[in-house]
Amino acid sequence: MAYKTVVEDNIDILVAGAGLGGTGAAWEARYWGKDKKIVVAEKANIDRSGAVAQGLYAINCYMGTRFGENNPEDHVRYARIDLMGMVREDLLFDMARHVDSAVHQFEEWGMPIMRDPKSGSYLREGRWQIMIHGESYKPLVAAAAKKSADKVYNRICVTHLLMDDAKENRVAGAVGFNVRTGDYHVFKSKTVVVGAGGASNIFKPRSVGEGAGRVWYAPWSSGSAYGLMIQAGAKMTQMENRIVLARFKDGYGPVGAYFLHLKTYTQNCDGEEYESKWFPGLQEMVGKEYLDMEASHVSHRPIPTCLRNHAFINEVASGKGPIHMVTMEAFQDPHLEEIGWHNFLGMTVGQAVLWAATDVNPKYENPELTTSEPYVMGSHATGCGAWCSGPEDLSPDEYFWGYNRMTTVEGLFGAGDAVGGTPHAFSSGSFTEGRLAAKAACAYIDDGKAEGMNVSQEQIDRRKAEVFKPMEHYKVYRNEIVAGTVAPNYINPRQGLDRLQKLMDEYAGGVTVNYMTNEKLLSIGLKKMKTLEEDLEKIAAENVHELLRAWELKHRQLASESVMHHTLFRKETRWPGYYYRGDHMKVDDQNWHVLTVSRRDPKTGEYTMEKAPLYHLVGDIEDKALADMKSKEGI
Amino acid sequence: MPTFVYMTRCDGCGHCVDICPSDIMHIDPTYRRAYNIEPNMCWECYSCVKACPHHAIDVRGYADFAPLGHSVRVIRDEEKGVIAWRIKSRNGETDLNLLAPITTKPWREHIPQLADAPAPSQEMRNSQLLFNEPKYIRMDDGNIHTLESNGLHMEKGVYY
Repeated sequence: MAYKTVVEDNIDILVAGAGLGGTGAAWEARYWGKDKKIVVAEKANIDRSGAVAQGLYAINCYMGTRFGENNPEDHVRYARIDLMGMVREDLLFDMARHVDSAVHQFEEWGMPIMRDPKSGSYLREGRWQIMIHGESYKPLVAAAAKKSADKVYNRICVTHLLMDDAKENRVAGAVGFNVRTGDYHVFKSKTVVVGAGGASNIFKPRSVGEGAGRVWYAPWSSGSAYGLMIQAGAKMTQMENRIVLARFKDGYGPVGAYFLHLKTYTQNCDGEEYESKWFPGLQEMVGKEYLDMEASHVSHRPIPTCLRNHAFINEVASGKGPIHMVTMEAFQDPHLEEIGWHNFLGMTVGQAVLWAATDVNPKYENPELTTSEPYVMGSHATGCGAWCSGPEDLSPDEYFWGYNRMTTVEGLFGAGDAVGGTPHAFSSGSFTEGRLAAKAACAYIDDGKAEGMNVSQEQIDRRKAEVFKPMEHYKVYRNEIVAGTVAPNYINPRQGLDRLQKLMDEYAGGVTVNYMTNEKLLSIGLKKMKTLEEDLEKIAAENVHELLRAWELKHRQLASESVMHHTLFRKETRWPGYYYRGDHMKVDDQNWHVLTVSRRDPKTGEYTMEKAPLYHLVGDIEDKALADMKSKEGI
Repeated sequence: MPTFVYMTRCDGCGHCVDICPSDIMHIDPTYRRAYNIEPNMCWECYSCVKACPHHAIDVRGYADFAPLGHSVRVIRDEEKGVIAWRIKSRNGETDLNLLAPITTKPWREHIPQLADAPAPSQEMRNSQLLFNEPKYIRMDDGNIHTLESNGLHMEKGVYY
């Protein structure tokens, strides 16, 4: 192979993937490590990479303690009820107590945050969301990361983490290749902060053809956060907790601002409210503890997102679709109409394009909604990711092993989608997690934990052969056939992706089976997953761009296999509306009020599963909003 | 709405190639101009559209669900700190001009260089604080929240 090997040595902190989590890590690391070598490896261009590449119209995680709005524990309780109890409350509290300081700094850097003209506080979209003109959110945080980093390598697809040959289970950097030049890149580093993304495109999407790109989460979110860490033998948690989104049909435009700020609402084909009729049956499945309409009404306790999905899915299945978003009332107000469009242009331009193409004017017509294919990620309303240590002052013993946001692999940290059990972090929370991981990584180095690190030439060479194998494979077997894409000894990355998506869809609860799976299906699915894994050894890449797609697919496959094992392990339907275990259709708090933790043995590929205890924050005041209300009402 | 490139406007400068998050804007070897090599991996994020100095890149809605005849165009101006959109629907009834700020300050000047910030004390290193904290958490003299300060503890088991 003619490609050069480029070695970057003596790195202290390597940031693998620079979305919101990675940029937060790179920026903050400089403060705690003034003379440390900080290097960023990013698959695309840091100015427009990650899930926030096209911008955001809201920051969905902001406490507003400055304005007396919420305390961190209020947000923890919100995330807890939204995720049916299954969250890491130490990590969430930690994120929530720091997140405002990130947002205040964004504003100081030039982020246009809207203000409430009356109170002077940030303009709220909902209890946790503030509205921004965030088209340039990503270039802004990228500028911060670039100020702190010694070097930013754009267009490096990180394929593997390097492991220390001197000490078992200790990270020693990463390897990858430049998606333009094809050069092999070796980063020897004392610590790695994985800021790579969650996974879109692992379940068959509703759209076909070109529209396959209009996924809800970015198509470049290739599950590399999970692929990298699983390969290294890091423990993962809550990987079964995929998310299904109720969004505008086909364009998957966001609904948050519509519901919360524009006060739009949904109805079925007959113009009826439909959610409440599904709730009594649903209450039987999940228990009154998780769905109590009276309590929700009194305390403004949210109804978990998955449960509202459940009502949507069942209403459509009963023949009462489509579900419409009632925009015709709100859009009569020209100011709100403008916000409705800006909301799309700021973060999902494709939805504006679709409405323009289909002549949808939400002033005169209520647009259709749909439920999406599932996604596996850890920063929106779901908490897939690595099993990480919490901070010293919050975490019980089972959740603490020395360094905040460190995985079970020494020196390997996570931020954003990479960290498990921390839903509702969103952009600001992911950036904050990056900051926390960076500080901890600096402390890890200062404590001498990375000393004696050694990466053998054998490991570097072995990985190189592996990285370029799809191109070698193509060269060898291409000439067996005349032309075209059908070959007996290889598949290309698109063919492999189609196979993965079909497999996940049919066996792990995708859209074509109405999100349903069971033990038998998952067992068959896992067998097919193993043969797919074998065939991915024969994946062929015609050029460097296809090599990128090949490695994205391998990361997606690793994430998917983990999803299947976790889904099989948890014998209950914890999140109806996200997925159903047909053989265990109820929430089972007696046996499954726990977090699921897995490890894939990097040598054998065998999975081991375990349960980890759930700790909850318990205190005198139940909820600040509720407490305020009680004191006002004199209860 | 995958992107496409107008033949007569593109001069092959490669700004789109440089910025595309999905690595799908490439230069055609024959025409020496850019094109979208993989429309089904296009998120219609408009990063390339905004980056093109010649407005040579446009978007045509995804063929599997978007009819022809629409237009969503954009001009992003970092110096003025604004972004301007024009949305035209297929039937021409919707024709919107929308303007939004993208920054409130000159680009990149107000982000501190942390290498020059005063070094953190050992006490700060041992604490739970991050850069600029506790000040920036609440913008007053209040301190960071802890379990103790908020009257909380962590308990194993089933709580709702």
